[in-house]
Amino acid sequence: MHDNGFQKAARAGLAVVFLAASPVGFAATAQASADALTEAAGSYHIDKTSSIRFAVDQIGGGGIRGSFGDYKGSFSIDGRDVGKSTVMFTLYPKSVHANEARVEDFLRSDAVFDAEEYPEVTFRSTAVTRTGGSTATIKGVLTARGKSRPTELQATVTERRGGAIAFHVTGSIYRSPYGMGVGTPLYSNLVQFDMTLHGTRN
Amino acid sequence: MSRSKGRSYGAIAMALHWTIAALFFGQILLGFSMERVRSMALQFDLIQWHKSFGFLILALAAVRLCWHLAVRGPRPAGGMTALERRAATFAQAALLAMTLVVPLAGWALASTSTLNIPSFAFNLVLIPHLPLAPSAQAEAFWRETHELLAYATLLLAAGHAAAALRHHFLLRDDVLGRMLPGLPGADEPGARAARPIRRTIDNA
Repeated sequence: MHDNGFQKAARAGLAVVFLAASPVGFAATAQASADALTEAAGSYHIDKTSSIRFAVDQIGGGGIRGSFGDYKGSFSIDGRDVGKSTVMFTLYPKSVHANEARVEDFLRSDAVFDAEEYPEVTFRSTAVTRTGGSTATIKGVLTARGKSRPTELQATVTERRGGAIAFHVTGSIYRSPYGMGVGTPLYSNLVQFDMTLHGTRN
Repeated sequence: MSRSKGRSYGAIAMALHWTIAALFFGQILLGFSMERVRSMALQFDLIQWHKSFGFLILALAAVRLCWHLAVRGPRPAGGMTALERRAATFAQAALLAMTLVVPLAGWALASTSTLNIPSFAFNLVLIPHLPLAPSAQAEAFWRETHELLAYATLLLAAGHAAAALRHHFLLRDDVLGRMLPGLPGADEPGARAARPIRRTIDNA
Protein backbone atom coordinates (compact mmCIF):
# COMPACT_ATOMS: atom_id res chain seq x y z
CA MET A 1 0.00 0.00 0.00
CA HIS A 2 1.38 3.31 -1.06
CA ASP A 3 0.70 6.48 0.79
CA ASN A 4 -0.19 9.30 -1.44
CA GLY A 5 0.63 12.87 -0.65
CA PHE A 6 -2.79 13.56 0.83
CA GLN A 7 -2.55 10.67 3.29
CA LYS A 8 0.87 11.78 4.40
CA ALA A 9 -0.37 15.28 5.00
CA ALA A 10 -3.40 13.97 6.92
CA ARG A 11 -1.19 11.82 9.15
CA ALA A 12 1.13 14.68 9.84
CA GLY A 13 -1.85 16.90 10.66
CA LEU A 14 -3.24 14.30 13.11
CA ALA A 15 0.16 14.01 14.73
CA VAL A 16 0.16 17.73 15.40
CA VAL A 17 -3.31 17.53 16.93
CA PHE A 18 -2.29 14.61 19.17
CA LEU A 19 0.84 16.37 20.29
CA ALA A 20 -1.10 19.48 21.24
CA ALA A 21 -3.59 17.40 23.25
CA SER A 22 -0.96 15.26 24.94
CA PRO A 23 0.36 15.78 28.50
CA VAL A 24 3.52 17.08 26.91
CA GLY A 25 1.43 19.82 25.37
CA PHE A 26 -0.11 20.72 28.75
CA ALA A 27 3.27 20.64 30.36
CA ALA A 28 4.42 23.21 27.85
CA THR A 29 1.48 25.46 28.84
CA ALA A 30 2.23 24.95 32.55
CA GLN A 31 5.86 25.79 31.90
CA ALA A 32 4.77 29.13 30.48
CA SER A 33 2.97 29.95 33.77
CA ALA A 34 5.86 28.56 35.72
CA ASP A 35 8.01 31.04 34.01
CA ALA A 36 5.51 33.70 34.93
CA LEU A 37 5.76 32.67 38.58
CA THR A 38 9.52 32.55 38.26
CA GLU A 39 9.39 36.08 36.94
CA ALA A 40 7.43 37.03 40.05
CA ALA A 41 10.44 36.11 42.18
CA GLY A 42 11.08 38.48 45.03
CA SER A 43 9.93 39.38 48.47
CA TYR A 44 6.50 40.86 49.07
CA HIS A 45 4.41 42.30 51.86
CA ILE A 46 0.71 41.59 52.11
CA ASP A 47 -1.45 44.63 51.40
CA LYS A 48 -4.40 45.88 53.44
CA THR A 49 -6.57 45.38 50.36
CA SER A 50 -6.50 41.64 51.04
CA SER A 51 -9.48 39.86 52.54
CA ILE A 52 -9.47 37.08 55.11
CA ARG A 53 -12.87 35.41 55.22
CA PHE A 54 -13.95 32.35 57.15
CA ALA A 55 -17.05 30.21 57.46
CA VAL A 56 -18.26 27.71 60.04
CA ASP A 57 -21.26 25.68 58.98
CA GLN A 58 -24.06 24.90 61.40
CA ILE A 59 -26.38 21.95 61.61
CA GLY A 60 -29.51 22.41 59.52
CA GLY A 61 -27.84 24.86 57.14
CA GLY A 62 -26.31 28.30 57.35
CA GLY A 63 -23.63 29.14 59.85
CA ILE A 64 -21.21 31.82 60.88
CA ARG A 65 -19.57 33.93 58.19
CA GLY A 66 -16.92 36.42 59.13
CA SER A 67 -13.66 38.10 58.30
CA PHE A 68 -10.61 39.64 59.89
CA GLY A 69 -9.87 43.31 59.26
CA ASP A 70 -6.41 43.50 60.79
CA TYR A 71 -3.50 41.33 59.67
CA LYS A 72 0.03 41.55 58.35
CA GLY A 73 2.27 39.23 56.43
CA SER A 74 5.03 38.74 53.94
CA PHE A 75 6.16 36.12 51.48
CA SER A 76 9.04 35.50 49.18
CA ILE A 77 8.95 33.64 45.89
CA ASP A 78 12.13 31.81 45.04
CA GLY A 79 12.65 32.28 41.31
CA ARG A 80 14.86 29.23 40.81
CA ASP A 81 12.99 26.86 43.12
CA VAL A 82 9.40 27.79 43.95
CA GLY A 83 9.50 25.07 46.63
CA LYS A 84 11.85 27.27 48.62
CA SER A 85 9.34 30.09 48.79
CA THR A 86 8.15 31.12 52.23
CA VAL A 87 5.07 32.74 53.78
CA MET A 88 4.58 34.38 57.15
CA PHE A 89 1.24 35.66 58.24
CA THR A 90 -0.25 37.17 61.38
CA LEU A 91 -3.85 38.04 62.00
CA TYR A 92 -5.36 39.83 64.96
CA PRO A 93 -8.49 38.06 66.19
CA LYS A 94 -9.62 41.25 67.94
CA SER A 95 -10.41 42.59 64.45
CA VAL A 96 -12.91 39.84 63.71
CA HIS A 97 -16.04 40.90 61.85
CA ALA A 98 -19.27 38.91 61.84
CA ASN A 99 -22.89 39.67 61.05
CA GLU A 100 -23.57 40.69 64.65
CA ALA A 101 -21.69 42.32 67.54
CA ARG A 102 -22.76 39.50 69.87
CA VAL A 103 -21.07 36.97 67.61
CA GLU A 104 -17.92 39.11 67.42
CA ASP A 105 -17.79 39.44 71.21
CA PHE A 106 -18.22 35.69 71.53
CA LEU A 107 -15.41 35.01 69.04
CA ARG A 108 -13.06 37.46 70.82
CA SER A 109 -13.89 36.03 74.25
CA ASP A 110 -12.10 33.16 75.95
CA ALA A 111 -14.78 30.90 74.48
CA VAL A 112 -12.98 31.08 71.14
CA PHE A 113 -9.88 33.20 70.37
CA ASP A 114 -9.30 34.67 73.82
CA ALA A 115 -7.99 37.74 72.01
CA GLU A 116 -6.98 39.41 75.27
CA GLU A 117 -4.62 36.62 76.25
CA TYR A 118 -3.59 35.58 72.73
CA PRO A 119 -3.78 38.69 70.52
CA GLU A 120 -2.18 37.01 67.50
CA VAL A 121 -2.86 34.04 65.28
CA THR A 122 0.18 33.22 63.15
CA PHE A 123 0.97 31.05 60.18
CA ARG A 124 4.52 30.20 59.18
CA SER A 125 5.17 28.06 56.11
CA THR A 126 7.40 25.03 56.32
CA ALA A 127 7.15 23.72 52.75
CA VAL A 128 5.72 24.97 49.49
CA THR A 129 4.88 22.38 46.84
CA ARG A 130 3.95 23.39 43.37
CA THR A 131 0.83 21.54 42.20
CA GLY A 132 0.26 23.23 38.84
CA GLY A 133 1.11 26.15 36.67
CA SER A 134 -0.29 28.69 39.07
CA THR A 135 -1.15 26.57 42.10
CA ALA A 136 0.75 25.44 45.15
CA THR A 137 0.18 23.65 48.43
CA ILE A 138 1.61 25.54 51.37
CA LYS A 139 2.38 23.47 54.43
CA GLY A 140 2.99 25.34 57.60
CA VAL A 141 2.37 25.76 61.29
CA LEU A 142 -0.67 27.62 62.52
CA THR A 143 -0.45 28.97 66.05
CA ALA A 144 -3.55 30.09 67.92
CA ARG A 145 -4.30 30.26 71.63
CA GLY A 146 -0.74 29.17 72.31
CA LYS A 147 -1.12 25.92 70.39
CA SER A 148 0.83 25.16 67.21
CA ARG A 149 -0.34 22.59 64.72
CA PRO A 150 0.64 21.62 61.18
CA THR A 151 -1.74 23.07 58.62
CA GLU A 152 -2.09 22.95 54.88
CA LEU A 153 -3.34 25.71 52.58
CA GLN A 154 -4.02 25.75 48.85
CA ALA A 155 -2.89 28.80 46.91
CA THR A 156 -3.66 29.90 43.37
CA VAL A 157 -2.16 32.89 41.60
CA THR A 158 -5.09 34.92 40.31
CA GLU A 159 -3.40 38.08 39.14
CA ARG A 160 0.06 39.37 38.44
CA ARG A 161 0.90 42.86 37.31
CA GLY A 162 4.28 44.49 37.59
CA GLY A 163 5.34 44.30 41.20
CA ALA A 164 1.95 43.12 42.40
CA ILE A 165 0.60 39.59 42.73
CA ALA A 166 -2.67 38.22 44.06
CA PHE A 167 -3.36 34.77 45.49
CA HIS A 168 -6.57 33.01 46.31
CA VAL A 169 -5.84 30.91 49.38
CA THR A 170 -8.16 28.32 50.91
CA GLY A 171 -7.83 25.90 53.76
CA SER A 172 -9.98 23.96 56.20
CA ILE A 173 -8.81 23.82 59.77
CA TYR A 174 -10.20 21.86 62.72
CA ARG A 175 -10.72 24.25 65.63
CA SER A 176 -11.02 21.84 68.56
CA PRO A 177 -7.25 21.10 68.74
CA TYR A 178 -6.76 24.79 69.43
CA GLY A 179 -9.14 24.72 72.38
CA MET A 180 -11.84 26.40 70.31
CA GLY A 181 -14.26 23.49 70.11
CA VAL A 182 -17.13 25.44 71.68
CA GLY A 183 -20.51 24.86 70.05
CA THR A 184 -19.70 21.54 68.38
CA PRO A 185 -21.61 19.67 67.07
CA LEU A 186 -24.17 22.45 66.45
CA TYR A 187 -21.41 24.31 64.70
CA SER A 188 -18.92 22.43 62.57
CA ASN A 189 -15.49 21.70 63.97
CA LEU A 190 -14.13 22.68 60.55
CA VAL A 191 -13.36 26.33 59.82
CA GLN A 192 -13.18 27.06 56.11
CA PHE A 193 -10.83 29.89 55.25
CA ASP A 194 -11.18 31.79 52.02
CA MET A 195 -8.60 34.49 51.51
CA THR A 196 -7.55 36.85 48.78
CA LEU A 197 -4.02 38.01 49.44
CA HIS A 198 -2.62 40.97 47.58
CA GLY A 199 1.16 41.23 47.66
CA THR A 200 3.33 44.15 46.64
CA ARG A 201 6.99 43.60 45.88
CA ASN A 202 9.28 45.25 48.40
CA MET B 1 -63.67 10.39 79.49
CA SER B 2 -63.08 8.27 82.54
CA ARG B 3 -62.09 9.10 86.06
CA SER B 4 -58.97 7.50 87.40
CA LYS B 5 -59.76 4.53 89.55
CA GLY B 6 -59.65 4.99 93.26
CA ARG B 7 -58.92 8.27 94.89
CA SER B 8 -55.36 8.90 93.61
CA TYR B 9 -54.44 10.39 90.27
CA GLY B 10 -52.77 7.16 89.13
CA ALA B 11 -49.16 6.27 88.44
CA ILE B 12 -48.91 7.86 84.99
CA ALA B 13 -50.42 11.20 86.01
CA MET B 14 -48.19 11.22 89.12
CA ALA B 15 -45.05 10.41 87.14
CA LEU B 16 -45.81 13.16 84.61
CA HIS B 17 -46.66 15.69 87.33
CA TRP B 18 -43.47 15.18 89.34
CA THR B 19 -41.13 14.74 86.39
CA ILE B 20 -42.35 17.98 84.84
CA ALA B 21 -42.22 19.74 88.22
CA ALA B 22 -38.61 18.66 88.79
CA LEU B 23 -37.59 19.61 85.24
CA PHE B 24 -39.31 22.97 85.60
CA PHE B 25 -37.43 23.88 88.79
CA GLY B 26 -34.21 22.73 87.18
CA GLN B 27 -34.97 24.99 84.23
CA ILE B 28 -35.60 27.99 86.49
CA LEU B 29 -32.19 27.44 88.14
CA LEU B 30 -30.50 26.82 84.79
CA GLY B 31 -32.14 29.82 83.16
CA PHE B 32 -31.24 32.04 86.07
CA SER B 33 -27.61 30.94 86.25
CA MET B 34 -26.93 30.84 82.50
CA GLU B 35 -27.72 34.56 82.36
CA ARG B 36 -25.12 35.22 85.03
CA VAL B 37 -22.10 33.00 84.34
CA ARG B 38 -18.96 34.77 83.19
CA SER B 39 -17.57 32.20 80.79
CA MET B 40 -19.22 32.62 77.41
CA ALA B 41 -18.34 29.04 76.44
CA LEU B 42 -20.08 27.73 79.57
CA GLN B 43 -22.98 30.07 78.91
CA PHE B 44 -23.36 28.73 75.39
CA ASP B 45 -23.45 25.14 76.67
CA LEU B 46 -25.88 25.97 79.49
CA ILE B 47 -28.23 27.67 77.04
CA GLN B 48 -28.20 24.56 74.83
CA TRP B 49 -29.01 22.38 77.87
CA HIS B 50 -31.79 24.80 78.83
CA LYS B 51 -33.25 24.52 75.32
CA SER B 52 -32.97 20.73 75.35
CA PHE B 53 -34.77 20.39 78.68
CA GLY B 54 -37.34 22.96 77.53
CA PHE B 55 -38.26 20.82 74.55
CA LEU B 56 -38.43 17.79 76.84
CA ILE B 57 -40.87 19.64 79.13
CA LEU B 58 -42.95 20.69 76.12
CA ALA B 59 -43.18 17.10 74.91
CA LEU B 60 -44.04 15.73 78.36
CA ALA B 61 -46.59 18.52 78.96
CA ALA B 62 -48.27 17.68 75.64
CA VAL B 63 -48.53 14.04 76.74
CA ARG B 64 -49.83 15.18 80.12
CA LEU B 65 -52.49 17.36 78.53
CA CYS B 66 -53.69 14.41 76.43
CA TRP B 67 -53.65 12.19 79.50
CA HIS B 68 -55.54 14.79 81.49
CA LEU B 69 -58.19 15.06 78.77
CA ALA B 70 -58.50 11.28 78.48
CA VAL B 71 -58.40 10.38 82.17
CA ARG B 72 -59.77 12.85 84.65
CA GLY B 73 -58.37 12.96 88.13
CA PRO B 74 -60.24 11.85 91.20
CA ARG B 75 -63.27 13.76 92.44
CA PRO B 76 -62.41 17.04 94.16
CA ALA B 77 -61.68 16.69 97.83
CA GLY B 78 -64.63 17.27 100.08
CA GLY B 79 -64.84 20.02 102.60
CA MET B 80 -63.69 22.81 100.34
CA THR B 81 -65.50 26.06 99.79
CA ALA B 82 -66.58 26.97 96.25
CA LEU B 83 -63.87 29.63 96.17
CA GLU B 84 -61.18 27.18 97.24
CA ARG B 85 -62.32 24.69 94.64
CA ARG B 86 -62.29 27.35 91.95
CA ALA B 87 -58.85 28.61 92.99
CA ALA B 88 -57.47 25.07 93.00
CA THR B 89 -58.94 24.25 89.59
CA PHE B 90 -57.64 27.51 88.16
CA ALA B 91 -54.11 27.01 89.54
CA GLN B 92 -53.95 23.42 88.26
CA ALA B 93 -55.22 24.36 84.79
CA ALA B 94 -52.93 27.39 84.63
CA LEU B 95 -49.89 25.32 85.65
CA LEU B 96 -50.64 22.71 83.01
CA ALA B 97 -51.08 25.48 80.43
CA MET B 98 -47.84 27.15 81.53
CA THR B 99 -45.81 23.98 81.10
CA LEU B 100 -46.82 24.25 77.44
CA VAL B 101 -46.73 28.03 77.05
CA VAL B 102 -43.38 28.74 78.72
CA PRO B 103 -41.44 26.28 76.51
CA LEU B 104 -43.36 27.58 73.47
CA ALA B 105 -42.28 31.15 74.33
CA GLY B 106 -38.71 29.86 74.68
CA TRP B 107 -39.01 28.18 71.31
CA ALA B 108 -40.28 31.48 69.85
CA LEU B 109 -37.27 33.23 71.41
CA ALA B 110 -34.84 30.75 69.82
CA SER B 111 -36.71 31.09 66.51
CA THR B 112 -36.75 34.88 66.37
CA SER B 113 -33.18 35.38 67.61
CA THR B 114 -31.05 37.03 64.96
CA LEU B 115 -28.24 34.70 66.09
CA ASN B 116 -30.13 31.87 64.37
CA ILE B 117 -28.65 29.25 66.67
CA PRO B 118 -30.10 25.84 65.81
CA SER B 119 -32.12 23.92 68.38
CA PHE B 120 -30.43 20.52 68.55
CA ALA B 121 -32.08 18.92 71.55
CA PHE B 122 -29.56 16.85 73.55
CA ASN B 123 -27.39 16.85 70.40
CA LEU B 124 -29.84 14.29 69.05
CA VAL B 125 -32.91 15.93 67.57
CA LEU B 126 -32.78 18.93 65.27
CA ILE B 127 -35.86 21.00 66.02
CA PRO B 128 -36.81 23.53 63.35
CA HIS B 129 -37.47 27.15 64.20
CA LEU B 130 -41.08 28.29 64.48
CA PRO B 131 -42.22 30.22 61.40
CA LEU B 132 -41.60 33.63 62.98
CA ALA B 133 -39.55 36.42 61.44
CA PRO B 134 -36.26 36.92 63.29
CA SER B 135 -35.56 40.47 64.43
CA ALA B 136 -33.97 42.20 67.39
CA GLN B 137 -37.43 43.44 68.48
CA ALA B 138 -39.08 40.03 68.23
CA GLU B 139 -36.18 38.43 70.07
CA ALA B 140 -36.38 41.00 72.89
CA PHE B 141 -40.15 40.56 73.13
CA TRP B 142 -39.99 36.79 73.41
CA ARG B 143 -37.07 36.95 75.85
CA GLU B 144 -39.18 39.17 78.17
CA THR B 145 -42.28 37.07 77.67
CA HIS B 146 -40.48 33.77 78.29
CA GLU B 147 -38.86 35.10 81.44
CA LEU B 148 -41.98 36.75 82.86
CA LEU B 149 -44.13 33.69 82.18
CA ALA B 150 -41.52 31.45 83.81
CA TYR B 151 -41.43 33.56 86.97
CA ALA B 152 -45.24 33.81 86.99
CA THR B 153 -45.32 30.01 86.79
CA LEU B 154 -42.96 29.83 89.74
CA LEU B 155 -45.40 31.96 91.76
CA LEU B 156 -48.33 29.79 90.70
CA ALA B 157 -46.39 26.67 91.64
CA ALA B 158 -45.56 28.17 95.03
CA GLY B 159 -49.25 28.85 95.69
CA HIS B 160 -50.19 25.38 94.44
CA ALA B 161 -47.56 23.76 96.70
CA ALA B 162 -48.61 25.88 99.69
CA ALA B 163 -52.22 24.80 99.21
CA ALA B 164 -51.19 21.14 98.99
CA LEU B 165 -49.12 21.45 102.16
CA ARG B 166 -52.02 23.18 103.92
CA HIS B 167 -54.22 20.22 103.01
CA HIS B 168 -51.67 17.79 104.29
CA PHE B 169 -50.45 19.42 107.49
CA LEU B 170 -53.31 21.67 108.52
CA LEU B 171 -56.42 20.10 107.09
CA ARG B 172 -54.89 16.63 107.35
CA ASP B 173 -56.79 15.28 104.40
CA ASP B 174 -55.58 13.06 101.53
CA VAL B 175 -55.26 15.78 98.87
CA LEU B 176 -51.44 15.64 98.72
CA GLY B 177 -51.44 11.86 99.06
CA ARG B 178 -53.50 11.55 95.90
CA MET B 179 -50.60 12.99 93.89
CA LEU B 180 -47.55 12.12 96.00
CA PRO B 181 -46.63 8.46 96.09
CA GLY B 182 -45.30 7.21 99.39
CA LEU B 183 -47.60 9.23 101.58
CA PRO B 184 -50.26 7.35 103.49
CA GLY B 185 -51.78 5.91 100.33
CA ALA B 186 -55.01 7.50 99.34
CA ASP B 187 -56.07 4.22 97.76
CA GLU B 188 -55.16 2.08 100.72
CA PRO B 189 -57.83 0.98 103.10
CA GLY B 190 -57.93 3.19 106.11
CA ALA B 191 -56.42 6.11 104.26
CA ARG B 192 -57.36 9.39 105.70
CA ALA B 193 -60.20 10.96 103.83
CA ALA B 194 -60.98 14.61 103.77
CA ARG B 195 -62.16 15.40 107.21
CA PRO B 196 -63.72 18.82 107.16
CA ILE B 197 -64.48 18.61 110.86
CA ARG B 198 -60.75 18.67 111.59
CA ARG B 199 -60.50 22.03 109.93
CA THR B 200 -62.33 23.82 112.66
CA ILE B 201 -60.13 22.12 115.21
CA ASP B 202 -56.93 22.97 113.34
CA ASN B 203 -57.96 26.50 112.72
CA ALA B 204 -59.02 27.03 116.29
